[in-house]
Amino acid sequence: MFVTNASRGLPRHRSRYPAERYTRWALRALTALLVLATLWLVVAFHLRGQWMFSLLFLVLGASLAIVFGRRELMSHRYIFPALAGMGVFVIFPLVYTIGISFSNYSSSNLLSEERVRAQFLDQTYQAEGQAFDFRLVREGNRTRLYLDAKGAGDLEGMRRLVSEPLAHAVEGQPLAVESAEAAPSGEALGLREVIALRDRLQSLTLVTPDGTELKMAGLRSFAPMLPRFAENPDGSLTDRRDGTTLTPDHERGFFVTEDGERLTPGWPVSVGLDNYTKIFTDPDIRGPFLQIFVWTFVFAGLTVVFTLAVGFLLASLLQWEHLRGKALYRTVLILPYAVPAFISILIFKGMFNQNYGEINLILENLFGISPDWFTDPALARTMLLIVNTWLGYPYMLLLCMGLIQSIPRDLFEASAVDGGGPLTNLFRITLPLILKPLTPLLIASFAFNFNNFVLIALLTEGSPDILGASTPAGTTDLLVSYTYRIAFQDAGQNFGLAAAIATLIFLLVVGLSALNLRLSKVKV
Amino acid sequence: MAMVQPRSIRTRKLGAHLALLGFVSLVVFPLLLVISISFREGNFATGSLIPERFSLEHWALAFGIPWERPDGTVVQPPFPVMLWLWNSIKVAVVSSLMILALSTTSAYAFARMRFQGKAPILKGMLIFQMFPAVLSLVALYALFDRLGQLVPWLGINTHGALILASLGAVALHIWTIKGYFESIDGSLEEAAMVDGASTWQAFRHILLPLSVPILVVVFILAFIMSIMEYPMASVLLLDENKLTLAVGAQQYLAEHNQRWGDFAAAAVLSGLPITLVFLLCQRWITGGLTAGGVKG
Repeated sequence: MFVTNASRGLPRHRSRYPAERYTRWALRALTALLVLATLWLVVAFHLRGQWMFSLLFLVLGASLAIVFGRRELMSHRYIFPALAGMGVFVIFPLVYTIGISFSNYSSSNLLSEERVRAQFLDQTYQAEGQAFDFRLVREGNRTRLYLDAKGAGDLEGMRRLVSEPLAHAVEGQPLAVESAEAAPSGEALGLREVIALRDRLQSLTLVTPDGTELKMAGLRSFAPMLPRFAENPDGSLTDRRDGTTLTPDHERGFFVTEDGERLTPGWPVSVGLDNYTKIFTDPDIRGPFLQIFVWTFVFAGLTVVFTLAVGFLLASLLQWEHLRGKALYRTVLILPYAVPAFISILIFKGMFNQNYGEINLILENLFGISPDWFTDPALARTMLLIVNTWLGYPYMLLLCMGLIQSIPRDLFEASAVDGGGPLTNLFRITLPLILKPLTPLLIASFAFNFNNFVLIALLTEGSPDILGASTPAGTTDLLVSYTYRIAFQDAGQNFGLAAAIATLIFLLVVGLSALNLRLSKVKV
Repeated sequence: MAMVQPRSIRTRKLGAHLALLGFVSLVVFPLLLVISISFREGNFATGSLIPERFSLEHWALAFGIPWERPDGTVVQPPFPVMLWLWNSIKVAVVSSLMILALSTTSAYAFARMRFQGKAPILKGMLIFQMFPAVLSLVALYALFDRLGQLVPWLGINTHGALILASLGAVALHIWTIKGYFESIDGSLEEAAMVDGASTWQAFRHILLPLSVPILVVVFILAFIMSIMEYPMASVLLLDENKLTLAVGAQQYLAEHNQRWGDFAAAAVLSGLPITLVFLLCQRWITGGLTAGGVKG
């Protein structure tokens, strides 16, 4: 252990070696560039109104500048990159998730209020009263549209308009029209030819020199597209079609009509503890949530028990000195650990297939039964436990083998002298002695299986579903996969609710890891 | 134990071998089955463990080569497996190298230097390491979605985002490397520093060359973890030709169109190298895994 000279505050000397001096300057330039880049991100996010991200990069850039700018923090330069990685990709998401859990962020409340307002202001409608009669005029092989304002209506003083030749129209782009004194020379097409060209005309957008767009409104007329909403000084919007007003409701994050109807899309607003109260009081959410909560505990607990039982028994067999071929057995027995989980889980998914999976083929031939592994809740849960025990016991095997090695041999000799058999040895000597050092690892294993998302996602995807749930919820879902489904599956995409459940899991995990830290007596 | 009767030992030995063999067959059955299926004709699971009608069709498709059946129909590969494997390897190599760089330097500071806030930072890392990334997926998605609007190569559906997101998982590796550094005597570095080497030089030229074994192990560990990473990749990657193997492979067993045979070949092809690497390095890998848990 030492304290660096820089951290002690000793001055730095100019290096004798030019190469070293250049390296130092290059490093300083790199730091400055990184700081500038994060500052750019800070400003860009700030301009977009995303203050959370702006703040994140402000903290990142500032700490970068401080740690690499002050010589006393020399030691911290070594740990800064790793801490920055954890900060941005573990701690920030955690804080952000907790933040979301107090909001109604979801697929219907996704964009910021400004963007929602802009979307409403972008909406247009066809002004029937200001329609133009149109004629198609052919001149040589060029066909133009000639528009003539009917009645009193005119558009910014323009009564007669002539378009560019139709052949110039590019798909998806508006066709320009210009003010004209009189109809262009040429022959006007009859109604039948107009009908033949109807699809073409309907897809056409005309644009006047001042930017107003016109669309076909009938077989004889084109009408200008006018912005549907006008913004009022107090922030409300007036619908020009029927004169009604939309007022922004900052409590709920929606524009509401005069009779209280919400219009989507809305924007995210803080809803306080709503998501949490929903979990515990809304019967359509509370029921599935509690069921999944209990199953998650059962699943994690049973997995630990089963994997430990299998791993411990195998380990005690393998440490028996009279047994030959131990190395080979060991290698084969840890195979499930060595094969990538996403492959072995999928292998089991195929093998458990109800109609043509191998397991049902064998069961059919031997016992004449063919269980519905994926549609019966109890069987689906059994299958998950079988597969997870297969996947997880090698870890316990390795742990137990290591711990059994460290038990003093003379204990077993003493037991043999007193006439103790192998079972006595197992339950009176081995198990009590390894259980204590094993406990923190069992807790870690519990926490891991508590959050074993990959198994559920690849094997059952939570199915079979829980009936009557208002959110996607399955009988084999764990809390994590439930959260994932609420956030990313189906139309609902209720990020706020998902974040609230995630926050509850965070609290559980904090408890588990604090317990773990105490039991394992970490020495720093 | 010499006092125990030899005869009972023999029966017990036999019993132990039988029990172990029975268990081994349970463990190996699914793996052998998949190898067998990959050489079997058709996409259904009928037939014996040793294929009766041998066919290389699934293997050819897994390698991305169109396969002509005896009746003249040409089968196109259903999914770009080799591309997925390449994506996985690309992401895994880059992210493992970055993780290695980050965790080695911080492990050095934690193992050798005395500075403010060391103990709380180390403990805090252990607690945060237990949070599964699945839970903060919404936040990570939002982060990369917004970041992608400013820096396109870090947006959703890029490998850059996936690599960057994996940099959060360094705590375990820091603990592993730190343990190894602490087992190396510091006197060599001290001697170097007395002779005028800077902290960085002592680290770079004395300690690093001595720690190559642990660096290899951590690299492999990070590599395997990255190859197997599922949740983040499933949310951050969208296009079929951007997917990593862990996310893509499940498409073989879609609800209504199970390609059991094609899956088997792809699984063996991609799973075998990873399994072999793991078995070859298992001594160090398991040592690292359990050390990360027991000591830290």
